[in-house]
Amino acid sequence: MNLRKYLNVYKKFLHTSLASELEYKTNILVDLITALLSLIGSIFLLSIFFQNNGYIGGWKFEQALIIQGIYTILNGITNTWFNPNLTEIVKHIREGTLDFVLLKPIDSQFFISLKKINPSGFLEIMLGFFLLLFCIRINQINLTLSFLTLSLITISCSICILYSLWFFISTTTIWFVKTWNAIEVLRSFLYIGRFPLNSFSFSLRVFFSIFIPIAFITTIPSEVFLGLSQLWKILLEVIVASVFLVTSRKFWLFALKFYSSASS
Amino acid sequence: MKFNLINRKILTLLKVQYSNMLEYRVEIALWAISGIIPFFMLNIWTNNNLNESINISDVLLSRYFLSAFFVRQFSVVWVVFSFEEDSLMGKVSPYLIQPLNPFFRYFAQHLAEQITRFPFALIIAFFFFIFNPESIWIPNLGILLLSIVSTFLSFLIQFLIQSIVACLCFWTEKASSIERLLFIPTLFLSGLLAPVVSFPSYVKSWIYLTPFPYLIDFPANLLSGNETNISVGLSMQILWIFLLFPLFKKIWSEGTKKYTAMGS
Repeated sequence: MNLRKYLNVYKKFLHTSLASELEYKTNILVDLITALLSLIGSIFLLSIFFQNNGYIGGWKFEQALIIQGIYTILNGITNTWFNPNLTEIVKHIREGTLDFVLLKPIDSQFFISLKKINPSGFLEIMLGFFLLLFCIRINQINLTLSFLTLSLITISCSICILYSLWFFISTTTIWFVKTWNAIEVLRSFLYIGRFPLNSFSFSLRVFFSIFIPIAFITTIPSEVFLGLSQLWKILLEVIVASVFLVTSRKFWLFALKFYSSASS
Repeated sequence: MKFNLINRKILTLLKVQYSNMLEYRVEIALWAISGIIPFFMLNIWTNNNLNESINISDVLLSRYFLSAFFVRQFSVVWVVFSFEEDSLMGKVSPYLIQPLNPFFRYFAQHLAEQITRFPFALIIAFFFFIFNPESIWIPNLGILLLSIVSTFLSFLIQFLIQSIVACLCFWTEKASSIERLLFIPTLFLSGLLAPVVSFPSYVKSWIYLTPFPYLIDFPANLLSGNETNISVGLSMQILWIFLLFPLFKKIWSEGTKKYTAMGS
């Protein structure tokens, strides 16, 4: 009953935001070209790294492409859902319109996390999928049921972690008002998700597994693809993802206590 | 007399913008942090001994990436985003009435931001030297001056390119997506992520004809003491400015003729 209500509301969200985004058709076309060029650029960069070396951090070029594919999918998801919605929080708080969100008879986190959608990210998701399919062919990966479920589980955990990171930073807006740039910092950190974790030095590896778990986001799903991942790593990722989700939810509810609307 | 007036205009603009920027210190500090991608790249290069194949020692490479970080810090341009917002909100109309091209306002804004950013960039460099004490170097005064000049020229090139894109707002409203498209080749070809020397020869054959290597690679090589052709680099930078400036003037005069204020 409740679930059906939320599904219905989400359908309305999709409809309105797609309608408003499709107003700018050339914009979408430009964004599509941008996504394509960006993928070409990162493969170009990767090929520079590999031009005289067979291995980077123990990964072959064909294997590193898997990371690139997963990164592209996750980046597409970020651009489709997280980026347009969570930058909106900043606006809501600065202009005091968060009041209207809180008054609605619907969960506020649901509302601000899913209200908008940016269709140009879809191409990035598709590009990532094609790259992954290509990688499955060149790495001769067998498509078994356990492989498919494990990769689905790990990728959805990555999406949860990524969402929580974004949501966490956007929530801090309630205190700091302008967190636009903190999001830029997160983006630049996420950039290293394009490369295998082992190619970094030990201290950075520790930093990116404990403080900002970028290691979990791309490297573990890619290891699942190659059949290298141990069970404990997958379990760890599930645990980290759930901890992040729960904490981000709690943090949001906690932060709302400190929200005072624009006029009060 | 006239010279005095212009001088006063410039000083007032700079003063106003500088005090404005000082209000947002934290924000600018975060911007500075978000520029640390070159250091991650350096980590990949040295950790995998990739630099051996391009004959650059560890120390010179770390100096290169630190210089690239500095050049990037002082050549970041965001005029298109400011202008887009102003033009969507209808703020351009009052600017157009003033006897001052609004781009001077944005230009002063950028310069003021660079002054505010300087201490933060120094702090980041300080931390970099703590972790890499062997890469400390003091460039001689002539080289230092030349690299400041070439960084400024690189800033000018990017400012002109973005201003041209910003003028497209007169026609398309959302010009920032075009800027995001142009940012991709800037990111991958300018030398921010990998020095241009390391590029494969099929790219190196044409890249020096484009403005990209003069944005970061050339000033960074100059500052870090890597091999580079100073006179060719500087003259190419100046050549690009001479090519872009008339284009900007043309598109500005066409655009202002086309401009219709909101409500008219």
